[in-house]
Amino acid sequence: MLTIADTGFNSRLFVGTGKFASSEVMKRAIEASGSQMVTVALRRIDLNNPDDDIMQALDLEKIHFLPNTSGARNAEEAIRLAKLARAASGTNWLKLEVTPDPRTLLPDPIDTLKATEQLVKDGFIVLPYMNADPILALRLQDAGAAAVMPLGSPIGTNQGIKTAMQVEIIIEQARVPVVVDAGIGAPSHATQAMEMGANAVLVNTAIAVAGDPVRMAGAFKAAVEAGREAYEAGLGLTSKSASASSPEEGILTADLDFIQN
Amino acid sequence: MTKTMKITCNGTEKSIEPDITLTNLVNSLQLNPQTLVAEVNGQIIEHTDFNDKKLQDGDGVELIRFVGGG
Repeated sequence: MLTIADTGFNSRLFVGTGKFASSEVMKRAIEASGSQMVTVALRRIDLNNPDDDIMQALDLEKIHFLPNTSGARNAEEAIRLAKLARAASGTNWLKLEVTPDPRTLLPDPIDTLKATEQLVKDGFIVLPYMNADPILALRLQDAGAAAVMPLGSPIGTNQGIKTAMQVEIIIEQARVPVVVDAGIGAPSHATQAMEMGANAVLVNTAIAVAGDPVRMAGAFKAAVEAGREAYEAGLGLTSKSASASSPEEGILTADLDFIQN
Repeated sequence: MTKTMKITCNGTEKSIEPDITLTNLVNSLQLNPQTLVAEVNGQIIEHTDFNDKKLQDGDGVELIRFVGGG
């Protein structure tokens, strides 16, 4: 079982709720994913469309709710959003995102660390979205982050775990759970992250924009479970030279005279 | 004659009657107060204070809630 900040999760797949064609599809996809942790964002209410309320579509009895600070460009904006999220939801869990550049949406390491330090002091359970920097991961966990969320590749790109080498080091050094976030575009990417020893993955775009998001959510569920099972079972070592799978003892070296007649 | 006041709500200027509370404003916009969070002039107003929060001329009100996000 995955444990973050003393809370247990049976599922190691976190699902983002953005980009779904409808609330109904989102709801069914979350069910199919088996996820117990979903992320949401905060935005100004569109006063011309007041009925569009995501909270009505989520079963908060079954699902843990993780507000993010998407849209924040610096620590100050992220802290403001965090406080709004806590007031709106009553949860002190937070996915911290500080992304100053709208083109790359890459996280600002310095303001992410600053905001983590402040928000931990303010009683938040902080899961910071971060670039796959092993030193930063250590600094964030020292600052009190409840988990770290290194990116596989930039948000929404579906490019997979381009940062595999660094993510491996982060996992090796981590004392808090590692949740690979962003860029996971196919179930195989999720399996790869889990085989590497990630504690969980967060997937949004790849499920939400799939031809059939509900079936894709099921595919990710299976992929995450397979990857975790493989990690726990213990993968064999890789090698450059061949090693026969069949036994080398008792190989027939004599001519096969007995089958000639 | 009742004097109306001007506030800015989610970036749009609105005329409201004096003595309007945050609860009155939220109701008039047909919003569910339980799933939104309100800031007046940058200060978060707790749900329990919506009834007591009277809006003043020139106030900036932000009504915010959760949407889909990753």
